[in-house]
Amino acid sequence: MSKKISVKVTLKKGVLDPQGKAIEHALGTLGFQGVENVTQGKLIEMDVADDTTDAQIKEMCEQLLANPVIEDYEIKSA
Amino acid sequence: MKTAIITFPGTNRENDMAAAVKLTTGKSPDLIWHKETTLENYDLIILPGGFSYGDYLRCGAMAAHSPIMKEIIAQAEKGTRIFGVCNGFQMLIETRILPGALLKNKNLKFICKNVHLRSENTDTHFTKHLKEGSVIEVPVAHGDGNYFATPDILSDLAANDQVAFRYCDAQGNVSEEANANGSIDNIAGIYNKRKTILGMMPHPENATLSHQKTQDGVPLFEGILNGLM
Amino acid sequence: MQNTAEKSDFLQTVREPDITLELAQEYGLNAEEFDQIFEILGRAPTYTELGIFSVMWSEHCSYKSSRLHLKKLPTEAPHVIQGPGENAGVIDIGDGQAAVFKMESHNHPSYIEPFQGAATGVGGIMRDVFTMGARPIANINALRFGEPAHPKTRSLVSGVVSGISHYGNCMGVPTVGGETQFHKSYNGNILVNAMTVGIANQDDIYYARGAQPNMPIVYVGSKTGRDGIHGATMASAEFGDGNEENRPTVQVGDPFTEKLLLEACLELMQTDCIVSIQDMGAAGLTSSGVEIADKGGIGVTMNLDDVPQRERNMLPYEIMLSESQERMLMILKPGSEDKARKVFEKWDLDFAVIGTTTDDQRLRLNMYGQTWCDIPVPPLVDAAPVYDRPQGQHPLPKPLPQDLGETPSLKTSLETLMRSPNMSSKRWIWEQYDGLVMGESWATSGLTNTQAGRASDAALVRVPNTQKALAISSDCNPRYCYANPFEGGKQAVAESYRNLCASGATPLAVTNNLNFGNPERPEIMAQFVGCVEGLGAACAALDYPVISGNVSLYNETSGTAILPTPVIGGVGLVSDWEMAMDMAFKSEGATLFIVGGEGAHLGQSLYYSEVHGVEAGLAPIVDLDVEKRNGTFMREAIARDLLEAAHDISDGGLLCALAEMSLAARTLGFDVSQLAGKATAFWYGEDQGRYVVATTEPERFSEAAQSDNVPVLKIGVVSQDNCVLPEGEEISCSELIAWHEKWLPDYMSKTN
Repeated sequence: MSKKISVKVTLKKGVLDPQGKAIEHALGTLGFQGVENVTQGKLIEMDVADDTTDAQIKEMCEQLLANPVIEDYEIKSA
Repeated sequence: MKTAIITFPGTNRENDMAAAVKLTTGKSPDLIWHKETTLENYDLIILPGGFSYGDYLRCGAMAAHSPIMKEIIAQAEKGTRIFGVCNGFQMLIETRILPGALLKNKNLKFICKNVHLRSENTDTHFTKHLKEGSVIEVPVAHGDGNYFATPDILSDLAANDQVAFRYCDAQGNVSEEANANGSIDNIAGIYNKRKTILGMMPHPENATLSHQKTQDGVPLFEGILNGLM
Repeated sequence: MQNTAEKSDFLQTVREPDITLELAQEYGLNAEEFDQIFEILGRAPTYTELGIFSVMWSEHCSYKSSRLHLKKLPTEAPHVIQGPGENAGVIDIGDGQAAVFKMESHNHPSYIEPFQGAATGVGGIMRDVFTMGARPIANINALRFGEPAHPKTRSLVSGVVSGISHYGNCMGVPTVGGETQFHKSYNGNILVNAMTVGIANQDDIYYARGAQPNMPIVYVGSKTGRDGIHGATMASAEFGDGNEENRPTVQVGDPFTEKLLLEACLELMQTDCIVSIQDMGAAGLTSSGVEIADKGGIGVTMNLDDVPQRERNMLPYEIMLSESQERMLMILKPGSEDKARKVFEKWDLDFAVIGTTTDDQRLRLNMYGQTWCDIPVPPLVDAAPVYDRPQGQHPLPKPLPQDLGETPSLKTSLETLMRSPNMSSKRWIWEQYDGLVMGESWATSGLTNTQAGRASDAALVRVPNTQKALAISSDCNPRYCYANPFEGGKQAVAESYRNLCASGATPLAVTNNLNFGNPERPEIMAQFVGCVEGLGAACAALDYPVISGNVSLYNETSGTAILPTPVIGGVGLVSDWEMAMDMAFKSEGATLFIVGGEGAHLGQSLYYSEVHGVEAGLAPIVDLDVEKRNGTFMREAIARDLLEAAHDISDGGLLCALAEMSLAARTLGFDVSQLAGKATAFWYGEDQGRYVVATTEPERFSEAAQSDNVPVLKIGVVSQDNCVLPEGEEISCSELIAWHEKWLPDYMSKTN
């Protein structure tokens, strides 16, 4: 059996996020007032074997899914 | 003098690199598929440009976990000379062989154009044929070349004289307008501490042959390769 | 893989639609065509069979409205190895090498989803070329968008350009040129025409033809999903308002997989495993399977259970019509399957034997233990309807107004032109394309791209490891084609010929992409036939045959058609790239000449449309004998090293040509102050068959022109930093650059 895991990857605070900036700008020009601090990231979903440990999932994030130099990650199991 | 150019699924500038190496040394490099696990007797290992694994997840992230990478990390520790260009630079960053990160270009677009680079430290094997502060014109072609480093990394780079190239104008002025992609401090390429490894976003290999716009990449390749011959 | 029990459970739930005329009509077939299917089969078609007939008989696959007229095009010459009818055309470029090329449209998908539409268009045309065994070495594209003020234009430009950039760059094939135009007739139907040129050894060219019975049919590449079902029929239907809801039929491109497919195919082609190969483009497995069967005079039996599938519970109808990208169908020599499989496994691609060829010319499809289709192959191709659609009178151009209003000074009108959407720099676009990968780009076409450091009338790409270079250009002036389809068709070919001559290349052959409105309207059909006949006349007179092409009809929305746009992609050969020519002025004091006479014709000119806001008057006439004479003279003058710079005179006439030569040089201008008192038509006329050149050997040049009976006129000299016009007007080179670079980045940085 397997379980569903989702990993949210976002840029660390202080790292330039030009895509977030562009979204914020576009929302402004569409007439949505007062939108601030837009950031964007990735959502990675996967089915992993039931006996996969939290430590193993953390390893996946550290080694591949996120780049800890610039990114934070958050693991959620469904 | 033996050179290896490592290829990955999606690599696409390996032949451009091979042509530049052949031009400078007269010898064709070996193209090595990423599934190999050993690199015996190579004096220089090159990670060329392209879109390894389609640039999916993060540029260079998947290639950084290819079978050959363990060997490359070992060779890096041994002091074997390594040269990474564009996607190759991204791989060196993803394997943490070189510090920092490469983000999406500031304008969010792929950029292909000729840029000027000022060589910042010419007391290395790579750049000894360039004059300190001299300007070379070479192309860039990338979507994610915006170099980022934390203040700690930046001061480390400065303390160890690790910045190899900065984006500048034709006169050598390092300015905001000359910054092709938003890189912090206009950084276009860096060394490791021992100066045995160079990673850079621009493509000196596309500025070597006589039909190309400039041949400013030639002294760089002569520097990298001659010392080894 | 699903187990048998699951499959039969699934089959219980399947209810395919009833076969009715209404359903057939929904799939683009008319009543006669529907009846014809019953006659051919002697029974009602199954749902799968109806789907197969509908795509094979669609305009896109069958060319039913255009076929009759395409026959008029000259397709042969001693250097033509393969003309129209295969995945791409092939020409001899000497030393046992061949150039393989084709242009293809992805207009409708790009309007609906610009990023994916343009990306998969580029992917599709590259696949056509490497299917033939050629390595793609250059891409160019011809883009036409609606007027800048139209609310959709900006996002379409942005999406299309990123799509092309995404796919071409990742493949590592340089995008070296093309054209981008804006006109209100494209408001509801943009044009995205992409061309790929590849290089192969003549001995290693692969074809769809040649398959024999009892050979394995192999599927390689990506898995099949439900994407793009009925894309071919969508490309053959007119848009109505609200058709944007067609979104699910747009395919998603994966350039990474295509790069792997390219390398795997070329690697396998080094062995002798492949008998016949066809890419799965429009109409996917249907069209590739039928083509291979038809061209080999054989049948195919496919077991669709074995097709690699991305989704569960797919029906044969869906598998056969899917337009999932990055897939190929191959017929292998029996016994070579394992050897081939190893190559594709190395590149992490799917590889599946999905059937065998047979000797009975039938298409048989089995899945879930049943036969879903069993039809004869030849009628799918040969019995496809051919229509001689009625031709009316094409719309006539507006006459010139009696009073055009005030004529601005030369400097003012030049500024207006340089800042106009159609003349201004397209750097914003071109810098997103990798024009340099592969390291062989010597010049990029026009002023669109200065990455290679040189701007020539044609893109020039060195043939790897040789002194040879290929010259590539794409051309069409839709205003002319609208005003006079026959002359406009001629002009598109003549301009292509001229661009290659100005770069020093010998023109060899063309591909065409014929974009028109609804052929069921007689006036559109008249435009189509006029343009095709004009193209044919010019190709014949200039020894410049058509070797591949694509027709895109129904480019209209709510009854408004695009301007007739027959785009010509030309390829020529320069035997020594060191003798190739570009347009940039080289030295102060060099003498400037017009080759081919003074300008006099302003009808349908860019000057009228941008400066006076009228698209009116007659199109210029092309004298094909003069065109050939002047082109030959130019090539000889370049080969004899008489010239420093050369540029054809086209949109915007003489003055815009001079301005572009200055823009390419950056710091050198021109002094034509001696030409006081010349009429507007002298400066901006778009008379055909003309060039501007700069030479440091004016006497030798004049003598050569005289002995070849080519009229030349000395007009001034190259000057430093400044452009000097008559009546004391001057423009600094930096001012000219600023005008030219202004419009597009400003436009794109705004939001609607």
